[in-house]
Amino acid sequence: MRGPGRLPAALIWAGLGLALGLPLIAAADSPLLAYRRPVYIAAGFAGVVGLMLLAVQPLLAAGLLPGLSPRQSRRLHRFAGAALVLAVIGHVVGLWITSPPDVIDVLLLRSPTPFSIWGVLAMWALFASATLAVLRRRLASRLWRRAHRGLALVIVAGTVAHALLIQGTMEPVSKAGLSILAGLAVLWAVAGRNSAR
Amino acid sequence: MPQLPIRRRHLIAAGGAALALGLISPLAAQSVTPTRTMRGGANNYRPGAPIVDRIGGGGFWMSGTVRRAGDGAPLAGQRIQIWAHTTEGHERDPQSHGATLTDENGMFRLEMPQIVPAFGQPHGHLAYDSGDYETVFLRPVMGSARDTSLEAHFVLQPA
Repeated sequence: MRGPGRLPAALIWAGLGLALGLPLIAAADSPLLAYRRPVYIAAGFAGVVGLMLLAVQPLLAAGLLPGLSPRQSRRLHRFAGAALVLAVIGHVVGLWITSPPDVIDVLLLRSPTPFSIWGVLAMWALFASATLAVLRRRLASRLWRRAHRGLALVIVAGTVAHALLIQGTMEPVSKAGLSILAGLAVLWAVAGRNSAR
Repeated sequence: MPQLPIRRRHLIAAGGAALALGLISPLAAQSVTPTRTMRGGANNYRPGAPIVDRIGGGGFWMSGTVRRAGDGAPLAGQRIQIWAHTTEGHERDPQSHGATLTDENGMFRLEMPQIVPAFGQPHGHLAYDSGDYETVFLRPVMGSARDTSLEAHFVLQPA
């Protein structure tokens, strides 16, 4: 295994647990929650969970998490991918219920908020990626690999830009930390030659 | 009266200045262009929000001016509707909405609950929709979520 593989497995898992857990705990402590109804809170947390899954996805794809066989890694990657699609749908539907006109503006690309365009970009890239994953057996493996990696970069870049520009659910420092993890992980996985496929 | 010539000179200068201002100001006033509706400004608008002394418990001030396009004259008695996501409710909630009237100087000021970030930005909404002038919706964004006031200014065009 490459570099990270030399670290003790427990350390890697503990680090990942902290990197994912701290943003979630910090978001759960947000003073804004007091002023939001449950569906709005759920929509926000669906977004947080989406970013958490995005940080894990490249690690699973590249088989970087210790103690998992390549087969287990791949299966978890597919499972997490499906969960990511559900998280994004939950995010958008929850926000739609909270404030329909704001979400319609976002989807029609006429929102006044600059971050929303990045979220929409990442969402469509994710849906495209999921569609390709479903149709994968019909695709040439080279095409699949290139498309999936390219879309992964767009998904993470779009999501990170989306998340960082928002003043909302997430605490800024833990949000930046999770964003950096997701960014590094996707770059590592895309650059790697022997990613699990 | 040794000071008379000086006075006369002053008077002439003042008169000249007044004349110059009188000639220039209509040209300058034409640069007072109407405010355009902002993107998303009308979101969660509720027509006919009641005129209130204060929205909810207050603690935050929304203020601004209403002027006429062209000459920039302040417009008194204009109804401005205000709403936002605050510590006391969502934008869609009726109790988050209220209206106020401009004073003789075209200024308005309404106390409302603290605005909190919603949909990613701490922002408020304002509407002019009384019909004498063209309808305008504004969506100002606070510089910081900790701000306790926000301003929005209208320049209206006759309908």
